[in-house]
Amino acid sequence: MLAITANRLDDGRVVYRTPLGAWSAHLSEAELFETAAAAEDVLKLALSEEGVVVDPYTMDVEAGVPGGKKRIRETIRNTGPSASTVLELNA
Amino acid sequence: MYQYDEIDETLVRERVAEFRDQVKRRITGELSEDAFKPLRLQNGVYLQLHAYMLRVAIPYGTLSADQMQALGEIARDYDRGYGHFTTRQNIQYNWPRLVDIPDILDKLAGVGMHAIQTSGNCVRNTTTDPYAGAAADEVADPRPWCELIRQWSTFHPEFSFLPRKFKIAVVASKADRAAIQVHDIGLRLKTNAAGALGFEVFAGGGQGRTPRLAVKLNDYVIAEDLLAYITAILRVYNLAGRRDNKYKARIKILVEETGPEAFTAEVEAEFAKLQGGDLTLPAEEIARVSNFFTPPPVETRGFDLKAQSQAFQIWAERSVKAHKTEGWASVLISLKPVGKVPGDATAEQIFAMAEIARQYGLNELRVTKEQNIVLPHIPQADLPAVYEALRAANLHADNGGLVTDIISCPGLDYCNLANARSIPIAQAISNRLSETGLDREAGELTLNISGCINACGHHHIANIGLLGVDKRGEEFYQLTLGGAANENAAIGRIVGPGLSGEQVPQAIEDVVRTFIAHRQDGESFNTTLARIGLDPFKEAVYAH
Ligand code: SF4
Repeated sequence: MLAITANRLDDGRVVYRTPLGAWSAHLSEAELFETAAAAEDVLKLALSEEGVVVDPYTMDVEAGVPGGKKRIRETIRNTGPSASTVLELNA
Repeated sequence: MYQYDEIDETLVRERVAEFRDQVKRRITGELSEDAFKPLRLQNGVYLQLHAYMLRVAIPYGTLSADQMQALGEIARDYDRGYGHFTTRQNIQYNWPRLVDIPDILDKLAGVGMHAIQTSGNCVRNTTTDPYAGAAADEVADPRPWCELIRQWSTFHPEFSFLPRKFKIAVVASKADRAAIQVHDIGLRLKTNAAGALGFEVFAGGGQGRTPRLAVKLNDYVIAEDLLAYITAILRVYNLAGRRDNKYKARIKILVEETGPEAFTAEVEAEFAKLQGGDLTLPAEEIARVSNFFTPPPVETRGFDLKAQSQAFQIWAERSVKAHKTEGWASVLISLKPVGKVPGDATAEQIFAMAEIARQYGLNELRVTKEQNIVLPHIPQADLPAVYEALRAANLHADNGGLVTDIISCPGLDYCNLANARSIPIAQAISNRLSETGLDREAGELTLNISGCINACGHHHIANIGLLGVDKRGEEFYQLTLGGAANENAAIGRIVGPGLSGEQVPQAIEDVVRTFIAHRQDGESFNTTLARIGLDPFKEAVYAH
């Protein structure tokens, strides 16, 4: 399955496009597409929303979580840095 | 330290106002992303995996206590409470909102700082020895020259759209603490037989996908001709550097393709046209700028190292450096406590460092290319108090220069260009080498990690280098050995097939154990490697 993801324009945060055409911070709320062809029209629409998001693209989703060749990258985008931050480590 | 004058102040304030307007127009949809992206990059704003990233310039790595304080306040008020010090002697914030960045830049302008020319194909922030002005072995303080380069290169109209980015590094001693040979231009301050200051000039060095050591263009260019000579280099490069292929656009490729001798001849011909002209530095200007950088007076209070605690002595062995003025020392603050994130500091730690500099350190701090901080001027008599203040802020790691003092780029945890993660690998290696005691047993040893071939983590020039690569969606690490960033600069050689993240800590342990087993009489890692070759290391690493 594919979802459409981007970074939000005003703060850069990772977002996913929902079936209602909104953008959510949760992958679980993303609209899923069977194929790239099925996602094409919505991706075009997303690309035209320059005032809301930056550089939308499709990503693989498997069983509700990021999958495919970019699995690690998309997992990190989805859940945050895998490495502990200096704050946690100093706590 | 250099203080902004009216010209600097106006320049920076005008740029902030301009960028504030650009951000506003981007948000309201007046500017497309295509139009906005080059503008934000010119102001140090990248879009990374999770958020925008702001890279702030720290000219030649020198900071006042007030500037450090402001960096902490930005981390606290606009970020997530921490900042990341980089190998370019700068700081990066990982979480600012685009809409807040004009306010952040305003705050920076208030303390004489900015993010200009921290991105784009222009002359970037000049880097230098973090012990400049304090090092016992320097012929003169290199920072006045860095400052003159800063002023000359800021918004330089001819060099704002070079074929590719351009980095200059300056040192003033035989020991190279700024890795000048892997910079587009490397400068070494020296004196001639008559005692007049001048520069040994190197060009064409670099890391990234095509690592190259710089070639020497000129053994001695008199100091007043510095700007004329580097202008000549940049003119030749700007005209002939390749613009058809991003990967072949750096000056190192031009030097290689032209041939060092022919390239030098072109530079010399251009220099002949410029010499004696407007670019000659007037003696009064050199003196004016030099006056901002004065060494401290002799300190008469005494200090007895032997009377200090054992913990202090262990820390001091790795952290206290000789100073050129009697009674003073420089202090290295390692931002690499075992198992933690290399180069990161919390807002509170940044405040603590600012306060220590204020109270004991003549208001001055430096950022090092190893992603650590230096207090360049500390009276020896105050070292115990400084140590206690560092302890209170959890900044007393005693591993400076050891193999756990790892340089690591942000890697795939933050960076949009990364192939693999760097930080968790650094943490795992650091834990392993500390638990086994191998870090202290090995002594001075460098280990650097980059998350991709862009080499921000300087992996090519570490004794032990790790490069993250992507193999069909999985993270792998290529191991290189034998690099060096000092006066014996060298590019590391690949040892063998890539290793998985899980294999890396054991592999590094094997490398370190092999070094310890074979070294003779206090040999450095690279000397041992040169003597015994790669094979023993290879066998140890791939035996598992
Ligand atoms: S080396 Fe690559 S992964 Fe690391 S910070 Fe640079 S571009 Fe990003």
